[in-house]
Amino acid sequence: MILALAGALRRYPAGVRWGLLAAGLLAAFGLPWVLYPPVAADILCWGLFAVAFDLLLGHAGLLSFGHAAFWGTSAYATGLIAIHSGLPFYVAVLGGAAAAALLAAPIGYLAVRRSGIYFAMVTLAFAQMVYFIANQWGDVTGGENGLQGIPRELPGVDLSDSFVFYYAMLPVVLLGLVTAWRIVRSPFGRVVAGVRENPDRVRALGYPVDRYKLVVFVASAFLSGLAGGLYAVNHGFASLQEVYWTTSGKVVVMTVLGGIGTLWGSLIGAAAVVRLEDWLSTAGFEETGLVTGSVFVVTVLVFRRGVWGTLAHLLRYRAAPGTAEPEPHLEHDHDDTAQRVPS
Amino acid sequence: MTSFLQQTFNGLVSGSFYALLALGLAVIFGMLRVVNFAHGAVYMLGAFGAVVLADSAGLGFWWALLLVPLALAVVGTVLERLLIRRLAALDPLYNFLLTFGIALVCQDLLRMKYGSHSQPYDHLPFAGSVDLGLFDFPRYQVFVLAVSVVVCLTVWLLLTRTRIGTIVRAATERPELTRAFGIDTGRWVTPVFGFGVGLAALAGVLAAPMRAVNAAMGGDLIITVFAVVVIGGLGSVFGSVLAGFVIGMLQALGNLYIPVLSQTSVFLLMAVVLLIRPAGLFGKEEHA
Repeated sequence: MILALAGALRRYPAGVRWGLLAAGLLAAFGLPWVLYPPVAADILCWGLFAVAFDLLLGHAGLLSFGHAAFWGTSAYATGLIAIHSGLPFYVAVLGGAAAAALLAAPIGYLAVRRSGIYFAMVTLAFAQMVYFIANQWGDVTGGENGLQGIPRELPGVDLSDSFVFYYAMLPVVLLGLVTAWRIVRSPFGRVVAGVRENPDRVRALGYPVDRYKLVVFVASAFLSGLAGGLYAVNHGFASLQEVYWTTSGKVVVMTVLGGIGTLWGSLIGAAAVVRLEDWLSTAGFEETGLVTGSVFVVTVLVFRRGVWGTLAHLLRYRAAPGTAEPEPHLEHDHDDTAQRVPS
Repeated sequence: MTSFLQQTFNGLVSGSFYALLALGLAVIFGMLRVVNFAHGAVYMLGAFGAVVLADSAGLGFWWALLLVPLALAVVGTVLERLLIRRLAALDPLYNFLLTFGIALVCQDLLRMKYGSHSQPYDHLPFAGSVDLGLFDFPRYQVFVLAVSVVVCLTVWLLLTRTRIGTIVRAATERPELTRAFGIDTGRWVTPVFGFGVGLAALAGVLAAPMRAVNAAMGGDLIITVFAVVVIGGLGSVFGSVLAGFVIGMLQALGNLYIPVLSQTSVFLLMAVVLLIRPAGLFGKEEHA
C-alpha cells in the first residue's frame, strides 16, 4: 500500500514524493493524537468522500451536484445493516457502499445522457428525489428523527472509544484512497481522462464514451458510499442531512478548495472545511454556510487551482520556469459548442 | 370533479412560481450560458424584501411588488459586473459554482438575522375568494396566476416582437454571427441578467403573502425548477415556461390521486424525459 501511495506522487521529484508520502501517513496515523478523535474520524470520512468526488469531477470532468444521494444512501443502508444484523461494521459499510453503487447505476445511466451544466442539474434533481424518499419512508429511515443507535460492531474489540475506532476505520479509508488512485492511473483511467479532454476523438477511437462515464460514476458513488457508511458508524446515526443538497454542495466546496483534479488536494480541502466548521460551531456560530460559502466564492474567483494545485504549480514552476500548470479543465458544454459552430 | 378542478387550479398557482423562476433562468442561460444557482436565493430575498418593507417602512404589498424586484435587479447587475463577468470566459460550470456559493452566503446571512422560523407577512392585498359555481377560488391566488401569465406573455412578446428581443435571441443562438453584423452583444448581458434576477424577486414578493417566508424557502424550490427546465429544455424560453405550468398541475393532480408520489413525481418525469428525449421536450438535440 505504501508503495502504491508513493507511486501516486511519481510526477514529483523523488525527495518531494517520499517526503509527502511520509507526511501524509504521519498525518493519517497521528491525527487523533492532535485532534478530538471523532473530528479526526470525520476528516477521514469527508476526505475519502471528496477524493471519490474528485475522481468524477477532476478526472472524468463531470460535475455531480448530487453526491449526497450516495453518501446518504450508504449511511442509511450501513446503519440498517449494522442495527439489524449485528455484523462487524466493515461488512455493514461494504453493504452500504454496494447500495450506493446500486443506486448510482440508474441515476448515472440517465445523467450521462447530458453533459456540462445539465449533468449538474440532473444529478442534483435526482439527489433531491432520494431526499424526499428518505423523508417519506419514515418507517425505515426514521424520517425527521433520523436512524439512531447504529452500533460500532467488531468481534473481540471494544470500539466505543473513538480513538480506537479511528484506527479501526483507517484501513478502509486508505484502501478507498488507493482504489481511487489506481483507477486514475489505470488504462481505464487514461481513457476516462480522454473522455474529459475530447469525447469526440475518444468515440472515434471506438470507445463507448457513455459507458466509461457510467462506470466511473458508479465507482465514485461506491467510494462515496464507503465514506458515508463510515460516517454513519462514527456518529452512531444517519439523518436527513446526509441526503440533503447542502451535503452535495459541501463536498464540491472541499474538492474545489483542495484543487480540482489533484485527488490528494481533496483531502486537504476536506480537512480544512471540517476543522473550520468544527471550530465555528464550538465558538457558537451556527451559520457555517456563511463562512464556507464565502471561502468558496473567493476560491472560485481567484484561486481556481485550489490549495494543492497552487502548491504543485509553484513547485513545478521553480523546477522548470515557463511550464505553467493549466487551470483545471472542466468538461465543456457540447451543446453549446455545437450551437456556435455555423453549420 | 370539484376536487379535480380545485387541484388543477392549485397546480396552476404553484406552476406560476415555477414558470416565473424558469423564465428568469432560461433568459439568463440564453444570454450568458450561466445557470444561476442563486435564483432560489433571490426568490427568498424577494419574499424577505416584502417583509422588511412592511416591518421597517410600513410599505404594503403593492410597494413591495414594485420596489423589491427593481432593487434586487440592481443588485443582480452589480453582481454580474463585479463577479460573474470575471468568469465569463471560463467553463460555465465555474459560474454555476460561484452562484452556488453566493446562494449559501445569502441563505445563512438571512438565517443569522431571522433564524430558521417563518416570518409573518399579513399584507394580503385581496382577502376572500371568487365564487365560480363549483368552488371558491382564493382571490389572491387568482391574482398570482394572472400576474405570472401576463409577465410570461409579455416577455415572450418582448423577445419575439421587438428589436431588443431579436438582438437577445440572435445573441443567444449565434453570438459570433450576431457580433459579425456589428451588434454589440456584450451590452445586453448585464441588463438581461438583472432582468432575470428581477423576475425571481417578483416571484418571491408574490410568494410572501401565501407561503412560509424563511431562509430555506428558495433552496428546495430551485432544485425543482432545475428539474422543470431540464424537462422543458433550458435553451427554450417557451418550453421552460410551459413546463413550469404543466408540472405545477401534474404535481397537484398527483397529490390528489397518488399522494405517495406528490414530492417525487417531478423527478420521475425528468427521468422519463431523459430516457426518451434527453435534450428536453422543447430543447434542441445535443451533439454529445
